[in-house]
Amino acid sequence: MSATEEVPAVPVLVQAPPRSAMATWQRGALVLLGLAAALAPIFVLESFQLFQLTMAVIMALAVLGLNIVTGYNGQISLGHGAFYAVGAYATAILMSHGDWSFWATLPVSAAVCAGLGYAVGFPALRLGGLYLALTTFSLAVAVPQILKHRAIEDWTGGVQGLFLVKPDPPSWLPLDADQWMYLVALGVSAVLFLLSWNLIRSRVGRALMAIRDNPTAAEAMGMDTATLKTRAFAVSAMVTGIAGSLGAVVIEFVAPDSFGFGVSISLFVGMVVGGVASIAGSIFGGLFVLFVPNIAEEISKAAPGVIYGAILILFLFLLPDGFAGLLRRLAARWRDRAAR
Amino acid sequence: MAALLEAEGLTAGYGQTAVLHGLDFAVEERGVTALLGANGAGKTTTLRAVCGMIRTGGAVRLAGERIDGRATEEIARRGVAHVPDGRGTFMELTVEENMRLGAYTRPNRAEVDADFERVFGYFPRLRQRFRQQAGTLSGGEQQMLAISRALLLRPRLLLLDEPSFGLAPLVVQEIFAIMRRIREEQGVGILLVEQNASLALDFADQAYLLETGRIVVSGPAADIRRDESVRRSYLGY
Amino acid sequence: MDGLAHQFIAGIATGGIYASVALALVMIYQATHHVNFAQGEMATFSTFIALTLIQAGLPYWVAFVLTVVVSFALGVAIERVLMRPVQHAPVLTHVGVFIGLLLIVGNLTGWVFGYTTKVFPSPFESEGLLFGGLVSGHELGSTVVTLAVLLLVYLFFRHTTLGLAMRAAAYNPASSRLVGIRVGWMLALGWGLAAAVGAVAGMMVAPVVFLDPTMMLGILLYAFAGALLGGIDNPMGAVVGGFAVGVLENLAGAYVVGTELKLTVALAIIIGVLVVRPSGLFGRVVLSRV
Repeated sequence: MSATEEVPAVPVLVQAPPRSAMATWQRGALVLLGLAAALAPIFVLESFQLFQLTMAVIMALAVLGLNIVTGYNGQISLGHGAFYAVGAYATAILMSHGDWSFWATLPVSAAVCAGLGYAVGFPALRLGGLYLALTTFSLAVAVPQILKHRAIEDWTGGVQGLFLVKPDPPSWLPLDADQWMYLVALGVSAVLFLLSWNLIRSRVGRALMAIRDNPTAAEAMGMDTATLKTRAFAVSAMVTGIAGSLGAVVIEFVAPDSFGFGVSISLFVGMVVGGVASIAGSIFGGLFVLFVPNIAEEISKAAPGVIYGAILILFLFLLPDGFAGLLRRLAARWRDRAAR
Repeated sequence: MAALLEAEGLTAGYGQTAVLHGLDFAVEERGVTALLGANGAGKTTTLRAVCGMIRTGGAVRLAGERIDGRATEEIARRGVAHVPDGRGTFMELTVEENMRLGAYTRPNRAEVDADFERVFGYFPRLRQRFRQQAGTLSGGEQQMLAISRALLLRPRLLLLDEPSFGLAPLVVQEIFAIMRRIREEQGVGILLVEQNASLALDFADQAYLLETGRIVVSGPAADIRRDESVRRSYLGY
Repeated sequence: MDGLAHQFIAGIATGGIYASVALALVMIYQATHHVNFAQGEMATFSTFIALTLIQAGLPYWVAFVLTVVVSFALGVAIERVLMRPVQHAPVLTHVGVFIGLLLIVGNLTGWVFGYTTKVFPSPFESEGLLFGGLVSGHELGSTVVTLAVLLLVYLFFRHTTLGLAMRAAAYNPASSRLVGIRVGWMLALGWGLAAAVGAVAGMMVAPVVFLDPTMMLGILLYAFAGALLGGIDNPMGAVVGGFAVGVLENLAGAYVVGTELKLTVALAIIIGVLVVRPSGLFGRVVLSRV
């Protein structure tokens, strides 16, 4: 039969281009360059600018946390501001009531947030994407009210909030407190970014993405989706919570109204704009969350939110894989051209 | 005079996969054309292509007017009623509501009510089930409902996708008998897709035999029915 | 005892508002399987339009009708412009667009109309309380208006061809196209109706809670809770759920937790329903779109 001849040919499997084998010295140089770029602001920037950059690093960390559960695992959370708030309050309460050192509060804050994330992750198991978004949205809206409540006022300081003091830099370092806080935020974030990067590239990371893309198939392949999803929530909450701890000590103040649902929305917007399911995207997300509202305010004093929302929608329409995706595509095009 | 429906070099596919590779076929006014072929030959795809449910290439004309590239709802509004594969019942709605939806595009309530009666004449069982939720009907009743819904559009062209599918032989006989009446009384052209070739060839004037998206045999249904070799190699009975 | 009765009746009055917003949410959910997070902001915006019209000298009910019409048009426009391009995108994209919409509409409201809290007139002013002090004129009037709107919506969906077509398009878009229903427009119409119902809710609640750009945030939460309690795919359930949540909230506010934790009560109801009975009281089993 003649028909068989014209059956479309099986597409030839294109081999993935080999990863550019970078020489060790090149890698080393890159790392050094990166390190230099990360440290340079300490010496270059004014103290307010450095403070802003510190906050951007912290926001990047918080976005990373959200990305783990929403980007990589597909569980949409609109309430990560709650974990950020709990982390901030954990550190603030321990430092101001218990005179703990900042470093000592970090493990506690991490544990509390992980536990809370685990607790939220359980009902989340029963909720499809949209219901989870709705529930976490409600959580985000309710947070300030809970923080203000009388029953815990002695600890949280109620509406007034709590003041705390930045840790002093070690005496052998010729840095002031702001510069030291930048280093601390950078160091803590770098460690968590590395750990997350490893997590995502591991078996667990692939399982998380498989659950996101095809939950039925993932389950059929024997993945314990329930355990993985709740743990993803716990890890995600922990990372965002630690960002909260850092944020509290950098700003030296926590109060209920600074943790409204605007924080959760910012993190969500940061994730989308930076790049959903992208580690590097979280960094762009952090920079965006911190700097764009300021820039937007310069364009129009009255309504940065309008511009914020418009940017979010524009990205969803035009660049759904975010800034990181754009860079990736540009890099791919550049490589193609170079290879030709 | 032009045929009621004419397809010229019709191509279609899903995503990257082409399913139809240039079909030419026609349905005459008041005529019945059958599309035959094995599973996966592209019969259902052809019906979907005619009423714009998938992206197509080539030309499709309804009474001389191009309808390819138009939206499904616009093609329906031009008088093409499709009884789809799986019957397309609105399960959550009642039988009455399903029928009202069939007549959705027609403004004249009195005419529609008269057509309700006509349809009940073909399928008296639907009258008994009138207020019942359509999802609770049996397969045969759902097929009747699907045909009724299509008729209530007052179509010029009726596309029928495997009306015998999944039904008991007696019910199939009943439905085909009624379709003969419909054909005589309603003056519609019918494009019929059927796996049951003998049934379809009895009913149709023209027949086309599809294999992997191409027409391999075509001609008057009676000739094809008589052609021993075609029957043996393609139709398997 | 009178106190309890009044709390109960006041709960019904606010419950009517929740029921309207819940109905708006459920209408969009039924048509698109999405929950519009910006529903509250859209309603607030509409209420400000009404206030502007009233301050421009229009009689209350003229402003009321105009606002409903304008809100309907805005709802349709939003669906056409913002939702249509992403209709086949993943859930995350939809949630993102809703959040973007919430930011835009919410901030636009403050930008255009200012951030100060404003008094919004009620058409049901009465001296004191009616029926031996049980209910205020506005409570009674707004409940009647709400019930009338709900009844109209019900009649529209049950007894008109267009309403039937909208339900059909939601249940089975492919078959709907085959009978000639313009499915895309049905979705837009659903958005328009939801925006119109939301506008009525906004105008009815504004005299009670006063009008400011964040007026509806808490109400939206209660509406979510009501919609879930009744079953998010069941309009009648949403209405009953809305009323139930209103009564529950008022009683809890008066006798159990006080007003400080009102939002938390909503959160508790939402989580409670989702954990104990995700399909709600009257809904079919919830299919999650993961």
